[in-house]
Amino acid sequence: MHLFLQQIFSGLAAGAVYASLALALVMIYRATDLVNFAQGEMAMFSTYIAWMLVNADVPFWAAFALTLVVSFVGGMLIERVVIRPVENAPVLATVVVTIGLLLIFNASAGWLFSYTLQEFPSPFPDRPLFGALMTSRDLGVIAVTLVMLGLLFVFFRYTTIGLAMRAAAQNPASARLCGIRVGRMLAIGWGLAAAIGATAGIMVAPILFLDPNMMGGVLLYAFTGALLGGITSPVGAVIGGLIVGVTENLVGTYLIASQLKLTVALILIIVVLVFRPHGLFGTAIVRRV
Amino acid sequence: MTVKQTLRAGLSVVGLMLAGGLAYAAGQYGPGASDTEIKIGNTMPYSGPASSYGVLGKVDAAYFATINQQGGINGRKISFISKDDSYSPPKTVELVRQMVEQDQVLFMYHTLGTPPNMAIHGYLNDNKVPQLFVATGADQWNDPKHFPWTMMWLPSYGTESRIYASYILKNLPDAKIAVLYQNDDYGKDYLNGLRAGLGDKAAKMIVATQSYETTDPTVDSQVVALQASGANVLLTAAIPKFAAQTIRKVYDIGWKPTHFLNSVGNSVGTVMKPAGLEKGVGIISATFFKDPTDPQWQNTPEYKEWLDFMKTHGLSANVTDAQTVVAYSNVQTMVTVLKASGNNLTRENIMKQAASLHNLTLPMLLPGITLNTSADDFSPIKQMQLQKFDGTTWQLFGDVVSASGS
Amino acid sequence: MNDGAAAFATEKLAVGGAAGWRFAAWRRLGIAAAIMLAAALPFALSNYHVFELTLVMIYAVAVLGLNILTGYNGQISLGHGGFFAAGAYTAAILMHRYGVPYWATLPAAAMVGFALGVLFGLPALRFEGPYLALVTLAMAVATPQTLKYFSWTGGQQGIHLAKVMPPSGVPIDRDRWLYFFVLVVLLIAIRVAANMLNGRTGRAWMAIRDHSIAAAAMGIHTARYKTLAFGTSTLFTAVAGALSAIVVGFVAPESFSLFLSLSFLVGSAVGGIATIGGAVIGGFFIEFVPNFANDISDAAPWAIYGLAMLLFMYAMPRGVVGSLVPLAVWLRERTMRGTAATEISSNRTSEK
Repeated sequence: MHLFLQQIFSGLAAGAVYASLALALVMIYRATDLVNFAQGEMAMFSTYIAWMLVNADVPFWAAFALTLVVSFVGGMLIERVVIRPVENAPVLATVVVTIGLLLIFNASAGWLFSYTLQEFPSPFPDRPLFGALMTSRDLGVIAVTLVMLGLLFVFFRYTTIGLAMRAAAQNPASARLCGIRVGRMLAIGWGLAAAIGATAGIMVAPILFLDPNMMGGVLLYAFTGALLGGITSPVGAVIGGLIVGVTENLVGTYLIASQLKLTVALILIIVVLVFRPHGLFGTAIVRRV
Repeated sequence: MTVKQTLRAGLSVVGLMLAGGLAYAAGQYGPGASDTEIKIGNTMPYSGPASSYGVLGKVDAAYFATINQQGGINGRKISFISKDDSYSPPKTVELVRQMVEQDQVLFMYHTLGTPPNMAIHGYLNDNKVPQLFVATGADQWNDPKHFPWTMMWLPSYGTESRIYASYILKNLPDAKIAVLYQNDDYGKDYLNGLRAGLGDKAAKMIVATQSYETTDPTVDSQVVALQASGANVLLTAAIPKFAAQTIRKVYDIGWKPTHFLNSVGNSVGTVMKPAGLEKGVGIISATFFKDPTDPQWQNTPEYKEWLDFMKTHGLSANVTDAQTVVAYSNVQTMVTVLKASGNNLTRENIMKQAASLHNLTLPMLLPGITLNTSADDFSPIKQMQLQKFDGTTWQLFGDVVSASGS
Repeated sequence: MNDGAAAFATEKLAVGGAAGWRFAAWRRLGIAAAIMLAAALPFALSNYHVFELTLVMIYAVAVLGLNILTGYNGQISLGHGGFFAAGAYTAAILMHRYGVPYWATLPAAAMVGFALGVLFGLPALRFEGPYLALVTLAMAVATPQTLKYFSWTGGQQGIHLAKVMPPSGVPIDRDRWLYFFVLVVLLIAIRVAANMLNGRTGRAWMAIRDHSIAAAAMGIHTARYKTLAFGTSTLFTAVAGALSAIVVGFVAPESFSLFLSLSFLVGSAVGGIATIGGAVIGGFFIEFVPNFANDISDAAPWAIYGLAMLLFMYAMPRGVVGSLVPLAVWLRERTMRGTAATEISSNRTSEK
């Protein structure tokens, strides 16, 4: 029983890591209708920026805020400069551009900061909770993820900009006719996603340790979690991420040897998706002729 | 012409012939070698998930540059051609063929990774091109009978875990052992070496094994599962990132096994410190070189020379990375072999010199550890020493041991 | 009248009688010239370059498979590296364990590829867009894990294959023999693909891609065709995988990472996703650009590779061949304009 609880809790802790990046993926998808393969690497790069600031003796929360701003601006710039040229091109061209961005960010981080493992400070103290089932640091990640989720939810539901952004993503032509600056919405969407990614990276780096390949594995899990929950739903992304974390742990412990746990977990998730092809909380888009 | 003139002419002709003949005998060259140059080929993962090993190639290049600045080896400059194979065996095959057939390198040196090396060792041996001092500790590279052109350098992973097995059999006879290993040849070699070292007691003593992939974000689940097996000894065969996570998780869940940590993941700077120095107290490991982040070596002249070398060549960001010392020592071995080859720079002679190392010591290896090779022993380093972590540094204990435990 | 003749007649009519005939003839001449060049090249190049070109052709076959699925049928796949691996391991296991001759492994790999494709195609029917990407991604991720797990795949160590030699009596060396072997397979693959894509199957696929509801309304059995597209696509890629096992001589789980799947997708996009010729361009891109990047920068070669992807997409968002299509149409119209007028007037005179 103790093992079971422990696996659930470490699954939740890992799942929170995936969920935080999944939120960034959902943000991009809602704003621009595409999946950004470079999201993880952008988050990692932002974390390195924070790391440089912290190493320059900037206090943690100031470094955090500054990194968010830099990431937001950076995300907007990337949309304007890198993505804009392929806006009207087939979707696949944009996919290839994001893959190219992934490589560029990964290689640049390795070149600028070397591949040596780095420590990253955590704002949360490192204390065991619930009788050593989880540490306060892991709980901190869950808490921050939930806060981001809340903010995103409010943003899309109750703010004008959120509404404008959803309109711009769903039907750019009509949105323009309503006076919405579609280009600006896209840029803001990318900026916000980059900021969310930066938050995810900063929360996660103390646990995973910082190196250029930190987010490589996480992106796959985040992608799975976001889709499981419904790529259009922030709540779904978080729940999906947590489910992925827990499922993988339980599968690896009880069902099959750890070597195949990712494969089996993916199969299970696909089975779920067969019954709910838009994810657990996603909205089905019905196309009428 | 007068007699004197004829004689002078004749003597000069003879003199020229002699000089020419001497010059010819002075240098025997294979492809890629000449009076002025030695071309060496190398592949490293400079990109992709294994890119953390790319720094080894950078250390090699920097050291060869230093040697060139000092005049080269026997007057010849080294051209070190290193290419990125992203740890993908088909790419390695392609790049090695390019370097051997197009760039005409004299030999391949320090190629990294077991799958990449496996992909090329057939080709290199068939074409009689030396594959020297490969950057992998898999046991299979010490096989001069079948692969006379392939030589390893690192003490094999299996050697190391056999040393742990000997220790366990002697000091912890009732051990219940759990093993966490990376799911590739490197991790499996540790597991298999432990099994071999424990002999017929292996099945009884090893109660649980868990593996992880390098793409896994954390290993918490595996550590938790291992604790649940009731083991009181843990062997961790993991690279720095996962070793640090393991040490931290073991401490956090309140598990106190006798913890053996593989040499690949025991650096103070990149593993013990990120994990939390107090969480690693009592961990046992083995090593054959001086950890640059370990305070006990930082006042020695050898360390200072190494540090100076790293800083001069723009590698200051990597001075906490212990594997740079390994590369440094490896490339010093290569330079020794090249110096010993003198003017006979054929592939056969290079191989012969590499197989004739005798009690070679290197500045950044532990005192007492020497390199030895022979015609049927292609594993230069077979010794390691055990050490225990005290919260600040690794305290060496016992004697330098070789795999047989002597 | 069978499909082929109908298509040919349509083509003739569409481009205006005699002019169309002339254009088709030029096209045929161009293709023949390309084939002759490909056959002559290995005798002008060093062994290493011949080996590189062989790899290009192998990647071309793999990307052709992906083009069929993603370009002509609109189903995205991030998992073709996994099908490539399936073909490679089929060939390797058959050759290593059962002593099957190398050329006989190709049909086996084709069947394995097709079976796997249909197996994936069926659940894939439920998914679209990013969800389909995830299902295919699962294949790419699962493959190295599964390969490492089972010992009959050689597990961790991979499988080392004995060198494939040319049949005795043939006076060319190994590299060139393999080049021609792969060239023949590539030409067959292109021919088969062209036949399918220009025929009824291809038109059904494209109809489903462009507007699946309308296609269904016209009576096209979308589920059957989509699954067929998947199976055909993976068949091609698996055969390419088998070829790579034969040519490289070694298979290991590390050879088939997620990055390989992404590379195929990139090659497909750069060449032209809904073209056949684009597959060859894609093969060149995948093979040479990383090496080129390696030569430019040894500090961050991937950054150059990524930059190359960006630049290609900016310059030619529909891929190289895809961007050349408007040029080809313009050329065709020009040749048509000149002769069509005379044809119309000559028809008028003959009508009198």
